[in-house]
Amino acid sequence: MSGLTGTPFGALSIAILRGFVRDRSALFFAVVFPLMFLVLFGALLGNQDQPEIEMVKVGDVPLLDHLPADARSAFDATFDVEESDDLDAALELVRKGDADVAVEQRGDTLVAHYTQTEQVGAAITQVTLQAYVDGANVAVSGRPPKFGFEADRVEDDSLTTIQYYTPGLLGWAIAMSSAFGAAATLQGWRQSKLLRRLQLAPVSTPTIVGARVAVTIGIALGQTAIFLGLGWAALGLTLTGSWWMSLPLVVVGTLCFMAIGLLAGAVAKSTEGAVNMANFLVLPMAFLSGSFFPLDGAPTWLRRLSDVLPLKHLNEAMLDVLVRGEGPGSALVPLGILAAFAVVVTLLAAKLFRWDTA
Amino acid sequence: MTAISVVGLTKAYGDLTAVDAVDLTVDVGEFVGVIGPNGAGKTTLLEMIEGLRRPDAGEITVLGEPAWPRNRRLQPRIGVQLQASAFFERLTAREQIHTFAALYRVPARAADEWLERVGLGEKAASRVEDLSGGQAQRLSIACALVHDPELVFLDEPTAALDPQARRNLWDLLRAINEDGRTVVLTTHYMDEAEALCDRVAIIDHGRLLQHDTPTALVAAHAGGGNLEDVFLALTGREYRA
Repeated sequence: MSGLTGTPFGALSIAILRGFVRDRSALFFAVVFPLMFLVLFGALLGNQDQPEIEMVKVGDVPLLDHLPADARSAFDATFDVEESDDLDAALELVRKGDADVAVEQRGDTLVAHYTQTEQVGAAITQVTLQAYVDGANVAVSGRPPKFGFEADRVEDDSLTTIQYYTPGLLGWAIAMSSAFGAAATLQGWRQSKLLRRLQLAPVSTPTIVGARVAVTIGIALGQTAIFLGLGWAALGLTLTGSWWMSLPLVVVGTLCFMAIGLLAGAVAKSTEGAVNMANFLVLPMAFLSGSFFPLDGAPTWLRRLSDVLPLKHLNEAMLDVLVRGEGPGSALVPLGILAAFAVVVTLLAAKLFRWDTA
Repeated sequence: MTAISVVGLTKAYGDLTAVDAVDLTVDVGEFVGVIGPNGAGKTTLLEMIEGLRRPDAGEITVLGEPAWPRNRRLQPRIGVQLQASAFFERLTAREQIHTFAALYRVPARAADEWLERVGLGEKAASRVEDLSGGQAQRLSIACALVHDPELVFLDEPTAALDPQARRNLWDLLRAINEDGRTVVLTTHYMDEAEALCDRVAIIDHGRLLQHDTPTALVAAHAGGGNLEDVFLALTGREYRA
């Protein structure tokens, strides 16, 4: 390290890196905070199956009590059954939403009481119970059924929770730390007059900017290693073939969000203002770019809007190469878009840049 | 030998003429104080001499070189102390001065020697945020001197210090000057200018009002008294920015 610390570039890089790793809150927001979201989302959304339907069984219901074995297992998987002798109390539970359906048997008729609040659950209840009644009718007739039914399970392409959220939350983490780091450094150095002081030293502007960029890229690659490493080791993340393409994506994404941070730092009048402005730009962008939830169900205009956000392209490309098994070529267009963003925003920030607060 | 030569220097910001046709000469080895009320134009004048701002009109020669545009040959020969806050965040005193040493490609050993010389050897492992006002000022001065410059600019180095710290810093500043360096100092303390400076430049409304030895300035002032009386007689008593 002594060879590197002797050069202006090396000394500046190490000074910036030390300032970062000694800043507990910056470390927390860059690493721990996004990881908390990852663990939280994994726990909250880990079981995405349709929840069981809560059924209150009033009195004896022989039709359901004597189901054939295969129907019984399907029934148990679909319904969570509670027994009751009081129909009025059971109806009250359904009315209040504490139960989905109350079932009683009047003679040979199965009666289901439900509300229409949860339409999918209501439809499943109705169709399933009807099927049991039909099955019982066939059984009583003594004739073998004419038509058969067989279920064949196909592995689906949809992603598990951890697979979906790791790339998007990583994209958000990188966007946040790159933008905040650039914004806070620029403003902080300007406020403390360090920027002026550096201008008086025989160091070129590219050396100063280069050191800040090198450290931010290093931090982003560190975040990536921690995210993917922890996801793989503890949360069941499986990376697909061209995951290594995420590295150039992280580098270009970092440049893009540093530029946004520089813009915030150039426009704002104080360090707090710069960080708030970076937050104002990055947080809504994270929501609109699918970092926190998929945009598949979002209205079309919202999805069109998200197409102009760089984070959306970073997230999509990271999903493609990290977990969707797309080839390395899939990242080329997003790389170009992110690079173009970085160039345009950097030029804008450079135009608005001032050395001091005056 | 002339260290700084300024002729007809002018700089305006919109309607405000911050520096108005200033002529000023500082000799090599001289200790010069620049004093003036807030907003008088001291900072703009010094920033132009340091090569940070482009003059609207006038000539500036520093150590025989033009000051503008930013002169690469000049930078290693000039040391500037701006404010005690102009540090890298969360670095220790030693890391701080080592970083500045590396910017000027000076060996770390020289940085350690300066740390000792300003009396911060025992505070080398403290972070700048944990230093007292006087310690931070001394570190800031050491960082400005780490590359052994011929010409040193000090911006209110004793602001907000207690009398003990102020007097100790005076000794340090005298020693820096006695090493043969030219020192230009801005201050609001007239006793400081009187005690340290060979000559004092009094500036107000962008103009150079007086530039002479403290003794001559006091002698020429009809009412007698001290340098502060001269200053107030020249610049008036109304509040400034």
